[in-house]
Amino acid sequence: MRTAELIAMLARNAGPVETAAPQRRYRVALGWGAFGAALLMALVLGVRPDLAEAARLPMFWVKLAFPAAIFAGALVTVLRLSRPGVQLGRVCAGLAAPVLAMWVLGAGTLLAAAPGDRAVLLFGESAATCPFTIAILSIPLFVAGLWAMKGLAPTRLVLAGAASGLLAGAGGALVYALFCTEMAAPFISIWYLLGMLIPAGVGAMLGPRLLRW
Amino acid sequence: MSASEDRLRGLLVRGLAGDASAYRACLDELSAHLRAFLRRRLAHLPDEVEDLVQETLLAIHNQRHTYDAGQPLTAWIHAIARYKLVDLLRRRASREALNDPLDEESGLFAASDTEAIAARRDLARMLERLPDRQRLPIVHVKLEGLSVVETARITGMSESAVKVGVHRGLRALAALMRDER
Repeated sequence: MRTAELIAMLARNAGPVETAAPQRRYRVALGWGAFGAALLMALVLGVRPDLAEAARLPMFWVKLAFPAAIFAGALVTVLRLSRPGVQLGRVCAGLAAPVLAMWVLGAGTLLAAAPGDRAVLLFGESAATCPFTIAILSIPLFVAGLWAMKGLAPTRLVLAGAASGLLAGAGGALVYALFCTEMAAPFISIWYLLGMLIPAGVGAMLGPRLLRW
Repeated sequence: MSASEDRLRGLLVRGLAGDASAYRACLDELSAHLRAFLRRRLAHLPDEVEDLVQETLLAIHNQRHTYDAGQPLTAWIHAIARYKLVDLLRRRASREALNDPLDEESGLFAASDTEAIAARRDLARMLERLPDRQRLPIVHVKLEGLSVVETARITGMSESAVKVGVHRGLRALAALMRDER
């Protein structure tokens, strides 16, 4: 087939195209992914029984705000990476800011505490399981996010995979925060972050293989 | 922004809104720019140029829903062409032979080359390898120019299955082109 014939073929009956496709695709993906994550948590873990009480503590909201800020930053990142030729701009700073803020808060809490209490603030009761539980809760959003990206046109596949994973990890951490009873800033600044980075790392590895077009 | 880019962008925006002749004119002009762009960068692999022009055009078509009218067209086209070019070179493991920097997108619309040499790969042949549910919609709607309604009647498929068949078939064709190098 000559190139002119290919062009004629592509243009014939091409019809109108929806231009806000990335946004719509992500709305669908995040809706299903969030539903899956919530369902998974309800089935496997259950919401903490004292949720209403915990919601009165400022730290509970910090614990939600941290992954929420990462989620927002990762969402901007995936939307940019899903279109060819769109610059990332300042998204790295936007993603680093909540991490730094959380680290500062965590370090401040550690410094203010008596030396004997520091280990508890850092490891709590669930340091060994927290990151993996977040990673497991992120699976529905991970699958949905890669599906959304797959239908678009990422040109930087490692980054696109990593950002998809981070988005899923942040969503998983948000859901996990409703179950988890840890309330110390040092704990959250390390183990929540690690939990979000696990799917990001898996995404970076899978991106080049799964997202090619 | 160059006059050429402005006009091309106008054509593409009209094409995305459903104006097939504007879309065809846009692809036509883009193919010439892509040919010049790729010929410069594939000086050591001249036989690959036309195949990659076709592959990039198909990619532009399949991914056209990701173009945002507020975005510079050069950046969008360049990113797609560069992605396809790097993919080809990576496969051939000959990136070191590339002596022209890949990153100057400003030059994309500066040169134009309308003289197409023959592509080595025959897309019509590749089409035959698609399953019927994708091949028939493409043959009727995209090659013979029948409407979706007529195609649905002839093939006994539903109208939405015809549309999905065209869409998935063209994407499958892109995957075949990519994997056959």
